[in-house]
Amino acid sequence: MSPRAACRLETLGFPDVSDYVAGKADWLAHGLPREGEKAAEPRAIDLAVEDVVTCGLDDRVGEVRERVSASRYDFAFVVSANRVLLGRLGHPALEADPRLTAGAVMEPGPSTIRPDSTLEPLADRMRSSHMTTLPITDPEGLLLGVIRRKDLEAAVSGGPAPGVADCMLP
Amino acid sequence: MPERVGLDELERLIAAGAQLVDVLPEGEYADEHLPGAINIPLKTLDARTTGGLDRRRPVVVYCWDSL
Repeated sequence: MSPRAACRLETLGFPDVSDYVAGKADWLAHGLPREGEKAAEPRAIDLAVEDVVTCGLDDRVGEVRERVSASRYDFAFVVSANRVLLGRLGHPALEADPRLTAGAVMEPGPSTIRPDSTLEPLADRMRSSHMTTLPITDPEGLLLGVIRRKDLEAAVSGGPAPGVADCMLP
Repeated sequence: MPERVGLDELERLIAAGAQLVDVLPEGEYADEHLPGAINIPLKTLDARTTGGLDRRRPVVVYCWDSL
């Protein structure tokens, strides 16, 4: 649709026309600001937390385990140098030989959601799949944060978000 | 020939003062659109409906996705 619109504008005498081919879907999937009647509806990115432990492929399991123990989570995400999500370190990977690298023991390709995911279907999906957290990535795979089912269910039910004491996972 | 741009170039154009035109139907625009975009549905694009656009500034059009 937009290539035809761009061409039509040129035929109408506009000399400098560009076509954002990936469109609104791409913009929203990056979690960027939006306007409109539904813009105020909360999306996954609005509930994202960013304090999850991340590590690189070559980080040692023992070092990651220490950082996870000091966090309020029981897992870590493995990311590239530019924060593309590559894998997840949960149990039993975190109990592996501490000299091994994260890349050797990670679960590759964890399921992700987009920042503009709507809350109720997401809550249903997490509940039915028994998931307590899901990473949020943009279309290029960059890790933007994590959504927790507790926060999601609180938001959907209209109740208060869980406090920090309620955040230990799973 | 209109230039096809990605997100990085779009953000640069917006910062440089480009005009954003959402060519989706009115209802879809009303639901959600990019900040500052105006709505001129594809089926209505003509000399009259584009009369409010500044020809001296870049124009970027978008729809839902590339399909």
